[in-house]
Amino acid sequence: MSDLIHKSASELADLIASKSVSSQEVTSAFFDRSVELNPKTNSYLYLNRDTAIAAAKAADAALANGEKLSPLHGVPIAVKDNLTTTDAPTTSGSKILEGWVPQYDATVVARLRKAGLPILGKTNMDEFAMGSSTEYSAYGPSKNPWDLTRIPGGSGGGSSSAVSGHLAPIAIGSDTGGSIRFPAAVTGSVGAKPTYGAVSRYGLIALASSLDQIGPVSNTVLDSALLQDVISGHDKHDSTSLPQSLGSMADAVRSADVKGLRVGVVKQLDSDAFQPGVKACFDDTIAKLVAAGAEVVTVDCPSFEYAIAAYYLILPAEASSNLAKFDSVRFGLRVTPDGNPTIERVMAATREAGFGPEVKRRIILGTYALSSGYYDAYYGSAQKVRTLIQQDLAKAFSQVDVLLTPTAPTTAFKIGEKVNNPLAMYLNDIATIPANLAGIPGMSVPNGLAFEDGLPSGVQILAPAMQDAQMYRVGSIIEQMYLAEWGAPLIAQAPKLEVL
Amino acid sequence: MAKEALMPYEQAIEQFEVVIGLEVHVELNTKSKMFCGCANIFGNEPNTNVCPICIGLPGSLPAVNKKAVESSIAIGLALGCQIAPTGRFSRKNYFYPDLAKNFQTSQYDEPIAFEGKINIELEDGVVFEVLIERAHMEEDAGKLTHIGGATGRIQGAEYSLVDYNRAGVPLVEIVTKPVYGAGARAPELAAAYVHAIREIVKSMNVSDARMERGNVRCDANVSLRPHGQAKLGTRTETKNVNSLRSVENAVRYEIQRQAHILANGGTITQETRHWHEDRGYTSAGRPKSDADDYRYFPEPDLVPVQPSLAWIEEIRATLPENPGLRRKRLMEAWGFAELEFRDVVNSDLLDQVEATVAAGAAPQAARKWWTGELARLANSQEVAVQDLSITPAQVAKIQQLIDSGELTDRMARDVVAGVLAGEGDPEAVIEKRGLKVVSDDGALIAAIDEALAKQPDVLEKIREGKVQAAGAVIGAVMQAMRGQVDAARVRELILERAK
Ligand SMILES: [Zn+2]
Repeated sequence: MSDLIHKSASELADLIASKSVSSQEVTSAFFDRSVELNPKTNSYLYLNRDTAIAAAKAADAALANGEKLSPLHGVPIAVKDNLTTTDAPTTSGSKILEGWVPQYDATVVARLRKAGLPILGKTNMDEFAMGSSTEYSAYGPSKNPWDLTRIPGGSGGGSSSAVSGHLAPIAIGSDTGGSIRFPAAVTGSVGAKPTYGAVSRYGLIALASSLDQIGPVSNTVLDSALLQDVISGHDKHDSTSLPQSLGSMADAVRSADVKGLRVGVVKQLDSDAFQPGVKACFDDTIAKLVAAGAEVVTVDCPSFEYAIAAYYLILPAEASSNLAKFDSVRFGLRVTPDGNPTIERVMAATREAGFGPEVKRRIILGTYALSSGYYDAYYGSAQKVRTLIQQDLAKAFSQVDVLLTPTAPTTAFKIGEKVNNPLAMYLNDIATIPANLAGIPGMSVPNGLAFEDGLPSGVQILAPAMQDAQMYRVGSIIEQMYLAEWGAPLIAQAPKLEVL
Repeated sequence: MAKEALMPYEQAIEQFEVVIGLEVHVELNTKSKMFCGCANIFGNEPNTNVCPICIGLPGSLPAVNKKAVESSIAIGLALGCQIAPTGRFSRKNYFYPDLAKNFQTSQYDEPIAFEGKINIELEDGVVFEVLIERAHMEEDAGKLTHIGGATGRIQGAEYSLVDYNRAGVPLVEIVTKPVYGAGARAPELAAAYVHAIREIVKSMNVSDARMERGNVRCDANVSLRPHGQAKLGTRTETKNVNSLRSVENAVRYEIQRQAHILANGGTITQETRHWHEDRGYTSAGRPKSDADDYRYFPEPDLVPVQPSLAWIEEIRATLPENPGLRRKRLMEAWGFAELEFRDVVNSDLLDQVEATVAAGAAPQAARKWWTGELARLANSQEVAVQDLSITPAQVAKIQQLIDSGELTDRMARDVVAGVLAGEGDPEAVIEKRGLKVVSDDGALIAAIDEALAKQPDVLEKIREGKVQAAGAVIGAVMQAMRGQVDAARVRELILERAK
């Protein structure tokens, strides 16, 4: 049954539900492959056979009792390492948390367990999700299965690398400025950031609380939809989680219909800033939609030009405060300096040794932006930009159902290419950041290979807040158009990892 | 560090106008903490009432305790404040090991209650109006114990222990506007204000209000200016003033200290100061400066608190009577002498006396029971009189039996002892202990006649107007009847015989 690893999560769920294959067999297949290939891809920071197999057995036993716990019952999953798990260390990609095993499960993790999904392991990420390539992980970068010398995107590059390399059928990511969508785009997979508050953040090690959102990573739109259905819903532990249900994303995918669809192309994100091959793929997507009968209009979102600037004030500000708790007192790394180890000196030495350069950079930026005398000019102005972006989007969505943009300005770049140029790295998120600032849902769906380098490109779908179903509907329409052309998901064109 | 030079108090008041401002922290007595489900209990084993949220583990998020919001609104209303229709929390960022997240979640620019006022009556009846600027919600920090230092202070300590049981306990901070015009009485007013706040939150049962446990803590701001000067002087904020006496003494000390400096051409440093209860002086703490940049910003993990008007009115309707007004009302209704009334108040027995009166006892009788016999019993048992296992209704019942002549005073004390011993209600104790006044006048008259026969001159003396002569016979009758008679009835019957 080695073919199991190329199947989608929904196919696997059907096989398991019909008892054609057991969850244990599926879980073992992915586990064995992960053990074999992880040294090449560095997708996982931690693999836990015992708990994964035990969970798979429990899922099989439940099924034998006629209990199907969810539409993804028995399908194994990978979880980003910034979600707390009681049975696996949770490091958030940082040395400061090396070996820390949390006392509690994140709400999303608890929901996965309750839904009968065995957790294969914890996936690599940029330290505290700060980055677009996983190069800022304290544990080395993950590799892109399309080309192991290239980045798999970030910060959730471990999850995108695992899913596109078939080391897991689906994965959980988190997205603060594009950390699900950018990795999906550059690895030819699917990733969605739900509406802010659709998924509980309880147990997600916070980067920027007002921007962070947990979401699915997969190889098909339906898989992401099924996974979002499993993890979303109100949580009393997260008061920013939405009280109401957003409906079934899987139903939206299954009933997707292009009829009457109005699509907007953002003037500010349709420029030469994009790699020609990426731009060509995007134009192709738009042409296909027009051919299928969708109405396409250009919309103006002038405030998008300030999105990155605002983002790089709000994010560091919140992060500088969120990361203050890493002080050696209650958990994690403790470094005791020589001489008189006062609490101030222990805290300083621990943070000096435990945090990487990008984390320190953003803590300093954020501390500065919140300082008295600068607050209004920086944090205050950034919040105003946020409001302007929301207003621009509200205006745009009064004309169209969804907005489409290329997800990323380029295809996967080489490891090391931008790591010493933070500003270039920040620009990777130019198209994805507005969704986080506005709290709206966004997803990336593969739309071909760029002609210059033969690497995957993604198209981003943005929908109004709470209308995640609309986003999935359009994601499914686009996926179907390309399936008709390719005969199989784009991921089928990826090289075989075993021979790379 | 020792005491600094002081100006004599009267001279200081003569030369300067005193302006005070008070910040009182009230720890709420909610079952759980401000942002998590942990128990809010004083005195448990260290670090037993903790969870990922209140020790700030990565990934944890706060969720607002609705009961704490309700208590905060109640406090705001009791202080005559307006209640904000929406109020967000902010983060106050600073590193300290007792602060689990290294930021305190607190209301900063949007307090839940604002613009109130409260009348404070001093001992001699003079009333000052104190304006309330705001009352806002926040969380308490953990508790540090410094080990190895000489004085339990952080200086010189070898290491420190942190107890996070108190971390996240809900606090309401009540801030006054500057209080002018109290003059020489400023220290007294400060203490009376803290006392009034304590009384109010206690009467509402939103705080245990025990200052010795830190349930109510006061920071006192003091500044001086020459009489007639418009500009406020530089203030100091004295922390760690945790008894009413300390509040009064600390304010007085600061007035004298600052007056001496100003009169000698010096300037006051804006700083926090620590009050040393043992030796009665304040010492300089951290200067307030740019270092105090708390980098406040709105707490992104919480949605704003938005109490509905209906809820606010519901809370308002359940507010108890203001303790000061209640005292006034009860004093008039009961007609006690001032000393008698103060005795009841100081013994914290208003509730008991009021409930006993409500159950039918005369106010004076109720007062005597609680401040007399019951207080004595409590004292001998080394418990608080409020904790005795006797209810106001039981006390009222016993008094009623005395009034109706069914119990003598001595028997009544026996009944009380029985109730306290757990023998049941007064009726059950009377039954069990066979404590019945002999109400058959036949037996009583026989006993009286027997006694009169032994003292034949008594009746004659009574007829001559020497009524007190009856006493000797009453004593003999009581002895003969083993106390189970009503002395008043005996006296009545003797007087009848003399007619
Ligand atoms: Zn707790």
